[in-house]
Amino acid sequence: MTDLPANAAESLIGVSRPARESRWRVAARTAFPFLVLAVAWEITARLGVFPPKLFPSLVDVGAAFWRLTANGILPHHALDTLLRLFGGFALAAVVGVAVGILMGRSRRAEDICLPLVSIMAPIPGIAWAPLFLLWFGLGGKPAMLLVAFVSAFPIIFNTWTGVKAVKEIWVRSAQAMGADDRRLFVKVIVPGALPYILTGLRLGLAQAWRTLVGVEMLAAVPWGLGWMIFGAREFLNTDVMLAGVVVIGALGLALEKLVFQRLERFTVQRWGMMT
Amino acid sequence: MSAIVTQDTSPASPAFSVRWRSAIRAAITIVVFALLYEAVARSGYFPAVLMPTLGKIGGTLWANLIDGTLVVHAAATMYRVLTGMAIAIAVAIPLGILMGRFKPVEHFFLPLASALMPIPSLAWVPVFILWFGLGNTVAILIVFYASLFPMLLNVWAGVRAVNPLWLRAAGAMGADEKALFWKVIVPGASPFIITGMRQAFLRAWIAVIGAEFLAASDFGLGWVIFDAKEFLNADLMMASLIVIGFIGFVFERLIFGSIERATVQRWGMVRLAKS
Repeated sequence: MTDLPANAAESLIGVSRPARESRWRVAARTAFPFLVLAVAWEITARLGVFPPKLFPSLVDVGAAFWRLTANGILPHHALDTLLRLFGGFALAAVVGVAVGILMGRSRRAEDICLPLVSIMAPIPGIAWAPLFLLWFGLGGKPAMLLVAFVSAFPIIFNTWTGVKAVKEIWVRSAQAMGADDRRLFVKVIVPGALPYILTGLRLGLAQAWRTLVGVEMLAAVPWGLGWMIFGAREFLNTDVMLAGVVVIGALGLALEKLVFQRLERFTVQRWGMMT
Repeated sequence: MSAIVTQDTSPASPAFSVRWRSAIRAAITIVVFALLYEAVARSGYFPAVLMPTLGKIGGTLWANLIDGTLVVHAAATMYRVLTGMAIAIAVAIPLGILMGRFKPVEHFFLPLASALMPIPSLAWVPVFILWFGLGNTVAILIVFYASLFPMLLNVWAGVRAVNPLWLRAAGAMGADEKALFWKVIVPGASPFIITGMRQAFLRAWIAVIGAEFLAASDFGLGWVIFDAKEFLNADLMMASLIVIGFIGFVFERLIFGSIERATVQRWGMVRLAKS
């Protein structure tokens, strides 16, 4: 779909460095821009152009991070956010893949589901948040449901595209060799559609992550990183907010690198489905 | 999954009638869904303020469109999205091209971009509110942040994807730097640039609604929804959702679709982008 070039772009990040450069040089080169940024930030913060309450030095941010980690508040926030993310995402993955496969295989299901999905998909997920809050009340439950709702769409679309992209000749040759429906499904359709399904899951998870942070600010959840940042605003705790933003970024990066790239290596690349 | 449905329509039945049948089935789905919703809404199982009937939603939508309220709010939201995106594009295209052409620039900005990208734009909202106060600035900056990275990575990937053979061929035919840039690099990278714009818009559209929820200024479609929640005006919320979905759909399908047709397809570049 339209998202494939972006993944191409993202995957280029990993391979952009020439192989002959030493590991240390690469590490130093990667660290350099962050060092420049950190020094620029620190100089601005120390010059006192902005009030230090609003523009804390990195030392303060680090101290806030350490303080919150040591007394267990930050891990608790992060854990609740992750649980909510995976709860919602798991729901979306199960429903989305099932609906997508059904839509890809049966014309009737496609005709029934496609109009509904295409009407709902262009509405940004976060726009539903107030409505979900009215319907399901404040707290963690509407946040999780909204995450599931939002991330289901890319999963459905990509699974559907993937199932339809399975080459007709594979299906027919499997049938000619006497595969029954079940084996056809497990051995041909699922592996054939898997690159698309994984792309959909990846997009869905990214979407879920972006939405969840916003929803946590709106839904007054008791614990959660989004709430932590938003709550810190009331007390002008900019250092806590920035520490929270850093943790959110680190978690986002970890989700991408650890979960999906690994999953892709174990399934798609091993089966030779990715060209 | 009783029958293995072949996706290609059989040559005997003309595609025209298949298309009609799909359209009719889609219409039936939507009508059935609407009737179901209406039945639930009228049954009084849920309070009428939380689940208004379709007639009420339609009436609210119509009344607010006619007296111009929703139009003004939509204009405010569009202003934020377009301004933020314009700044993002103005930054991303030169920077992306520089990154694609010069290694040191790439080595400096790529690590920064890959570290900042996983941070959802909405996570910055509380920080930006403290720095810039409530209002337009926050929303525009959030849109800028949300749309910058998809744009930047796609431009960069697009410039790198320009076939080096074309560069050498153009050079051998005596093209100077300027001609090389305008006649080879820009058209060659254009499919990626347009994909980037498309993705940037999708992200920006989500981000602007979230930013309008949180950084409540007094105008904008997101603000309408959030404000309506306070007064339990579920009909106004849904009317606003419809407008949001409609604008998103129009931009995605009509505007970016026609840009693509006008530029990329005419230059015959689309096929290349896919391979």
